[in-house]
Amino acid sequence: MDSLYKMIEYGIYGAAILLILVGLYGALTKKSLIKIVIGLSIVDAGIHLLLVSIGYLKGGTAPIFSPGYEDMADKMVDPIPQALVLTAIVIGFAVTAVALSLVIRLYRHHDTLQIDDIKNLKW
Amino acid sequence: MIYLILFAVLLLLMLAAAIYAVFQRDLLYAVIATGVISLVLSVIFYMLQTPDVALTEAAIGVALTTIIFIITIRNTVRHEDEHDKHSREKKIQP
Amino acid sequence: MKNTIVILLLATIGYYLGSIFVNIGFGDPRFVNGVKDTYLALTTSELKVANTVTSIVVNFRGFDTLGEVTVLFLAATALGGILYKKRHAVGERTVLFPASSIVKSGAKLIFPAIVLLGAYVFIHGHLSPGGGFQGGTIIATGFLLMLLAYDNFSVSHNVLSYIESFAGIFFVAFGIAGLMISGSFLENFLPVGNMNDLFSGGVVPIIYILVGFKVAAELTGVIYTVLHEKD
Repeated sequence: MDSLYKMIEYGIYGAAILLILVGLYGALTKKSLIKIVIGLSIVDAGIHLLLVSIGYLKGGTAPIFSPGYEDMADKMVDPIPQALVLTAIVIGFAVTAVALSLVIRLYRHHDTLQIDDIKNLKW
Repeated sequence: MIYLILFAVLLLLMLAAAIYAVFQRDLLYAVIATGVISLVLSVIFYMLQTPDVALTEAAIGVALTTIIFIITIRNTVRHEDEHDKHSREKKIQP
Repeated sequence: MKNTIVILLLATIGYYLGSIFVNIGFGDPRFVNGVKDTYLALTTSELKVANTVTSIVVNFRGFDTLGEVTVLFLAATALGGILYKKRHAVGERTVLFPASSIVKSGAKLIFPAIVLLGAYVFIHGHLSPGGGFQGGTIIATGFLLMLLAYDNFSVSHNVLSYIESFAGIFFVAFGIAGLMISGSFLENFLPVGNMNDLFSGGVVPIIYILVGFKVAAELTGVIYTVLHEKD
């Protein structure tokens, strides 16, 4: 029972790392440009999960001082990774949008999304 | 106990969606799978006591990122190995 | 050949990441008397903001947020530049098939509720979960719904850029006012009031409302630009 508990707890780190690895695999081996952007957004999700799970406290509450919870400061989860991830998600969306607009632009020029066929990408 | 089992199921679902998104050749299905990853991830964030991040992930990851991917697919090609020879020939002909 | 190299690379990365995180331990209390405790103490004693994440994003690390909003602005501008096309091609967009009347009337019914929810989320950002980024995104999804339902629904780019510029200018103006009155950029200079009141927290709710307007305008502009893209 205790070992099961421990396994699931470490499973969060494991799932986050596996998410990063799966996304990197997709970004490195796939030939389609949209697939590469999908892989990068999966890496993004894994990094967000990893950062948030570092700040978790066992039995903790959200870092919000609602009425009745004013003296719970030592039981609150770490708010700093949350603030970092909050900004990282919005920036990640902006990066994805710019990347996809570049994909559309490349498709207009070359009429294909296969990176092997877009010769000008090599230099 | 139920909480832990739910946690494990959510993590496995997220990993399965990630693997599906990477190996699926139809890009539209792959994009929907990334939306599923974001949805499950926002539930996990809520269970990890981070409601602020969960709200952001639900709004951005599920709605906006998915729609931008879908618009891109509509403007380009739907299948991963598609070379789209037809439109190239059409452009060269005239 | 390439696959094996990639898998070896990923195995190396995974091994080292895993060996780091096995030692960290999940859910253990760390950083005792660290920066976390300082922030949690300051947000109740000095700033009177209930949501600690808000006070970190807007006040303690407000300069980061200014940089982030700048990055969003740059992304929206770059998107317009990359997808540039001739003027007469703007405004018309091809649809595969028009939305059904259920979608149209449902969207019209639900659009004010979505915008109201977004406004609620960023006005109460210092009291409950949420804030400028979340509320702005929710408002952008409302505009996305209208754009999907109606082919000829148009958003004025001028209005969007005015909202965005004025929100950014007021953000910087509040920061400079803090520098002049209290001594450092973005520091609080208004009375803080009582904990858990709507009018509390000094400059924090004002700045988060400005961030909400700015994010909503930028994301709506991004969606509008990408949606009106055609060959």
